[in-house]
Amino acid sequence: MGDALVPLLLTLKVASVATVLALCAGVVAGLALARLRFPGRDVLDALLLLPMVLPPTVLGYYLLVLLGSRGTLGAWLDRTLGLRLVFTWQGAAIAAAVVAFPLVFKAARTAFESIDADLEKAARSLGYPEWAVLLRVTLPLAWRGIAAGAMLAFARAMGEFGATLMIAGNIPGRTQTISIAIYEAVHAGRDDLANLLVLLASVVCIALLVAAAAIVRRGHLAVVPV
Amino acid sequence: MTTRIRVALSAALVAALAWLPPPSAHSAEIVVSAASSLADALEALRPAFFARHPQDAVVFNLAASDVLLAQIDRGAPVDVFASADEATMDRADRAHRLAPGTRRIVATNRLVIVVPKGAAAVGSVDALLDATVRRVAVGSPATVPAGRYARGVLEASGAWQALQPKLVLAQNVRQVLDYVARGEVDAGFVYATDAALMPDRVVVTADAPGVVPIRYSIAVVADSRHKALAAAFVDLVDGPEGRAALGRLGFGRP
Repeated sequence: MGDALVPLLLTLKVASVATVLALCAGVVAGLALARLRFPGRDVLDALLLLPMVLPPTVLGYYLLVLLGSRGTLGAWLDRTLGLRLVFTWQGAAIAAAVVAFPLVFKAARTAFESIDADLEKAARSLGYPEWAVLLRVTLPLAWRGIAAGAMLAFARAMGEFGATLMIAGNIPGRTQTISIAIYEAVHAGRDDLANLLVLLASVVCIALLVAAAAIVRRGHLAVVPV
Repeated sequence: MTTRIRVALSAALVAALAWLPPPSAHSAEIVVSAASSLADALEALRPAFFARHPQDAVVFNLAASDVLLAQIDRGAPVDVFASADEATMDRADRAHRLAPGTRRIVATNRLVIVVPKGAAAVGSVDALLDATVRRVAVGSPATVPAGRYARGVLEASGAWQALQPKLVLAQNVRQVLDYVARGEVDAGFVYATDAALMPDRVVVTADAPGVVPIRYSIAVVADSRHKALAAAFVDLVDGPEGRAALGRLGFGRP
């Protein structure tokens, strides 16, 4: 049982950090693209959705080239901060955040765009400064859509395999997430462990989807942005 | 289109198909599942195989030996199995996956410690315990023979437990080589034959001799549908051309 708990707990840790990162970036990007108009907005939108459609190993390779010890960004990080991301759970979290980001971004943008602009105008006409409009009107109205997107992002981050394997490797206890643990268990002939891991992962993902649907239903949103 | 034209076209199509050459009675394709470290040697034998069997084809399926056996156990359509350690071949034998009497030992190898080109040399197994060595790559002992050989060497010198925090496990020995070549780890355990493939990116700095001799064996798989052709491939690897190809790449004679 311990063999199954370690990867599960590690996966939950990595997925949580990844979701927080994706949330921060996704909400900011979603707000920017929902509210601002500028040339090339649609191109930027497509670029930001790219991690959702690119094969995970392609993403993993880009990240490796960028963040590897001899990579563009990675070498600088190693020199100045002594930070190595390859083969660490932080690297795994970054890989998972990159694949989860489009889910949050898309949900956030749709949520912000579906807010009745009149409500925000009313708040402004009543004297609210912009930051108060954002905090008191916009975000409370958009939070359900964003939360549903965050849950999908968490599920995606939990299941991330290709990019994680390339960046973080397969180190039990440190970077062996549940998907990688299942892969290893199957190949080592340990079907009993594989079955348990698959069951745990499935239960968590189903619970997340049910919760996301419940949140959306209560908010009467017509469509879950995917 | 009128019915008559349609019928005429269909008849013409069928007649045309009947003119196509029938598939040759001799053309077959065998799948050879082989340990990753044998990749280059087997590829070098492809022309010799083609010369002897011009109608047939051979497909190489390369991975860690345990992974390959797991595939065969699950019914993968494999004709020949070549393993990097005897233990995995013995397991295959016990599970009745091998055609009786076809097993041969074809090569030996040496385990070495490599470092990235330009990095500090690691002169011995004990030097891996230095604080300057932050990460060491080995094959995952659960699935990779090279990882088990490395563990054997490290256990013999009492360093296995101490090195645990530094170990990075790889899926096969070529991935260990890749990690070292990329500079993502400070040292790694690979076969001498693998190190010889990248002299511009990795440097051999120490031998890692163990108690268990590194022996490669090959056999025809019991459920193979092309046993004669598979046996011919095994003979090729075990024969003069095979020994020459293996020898050129640094493998030893059994």
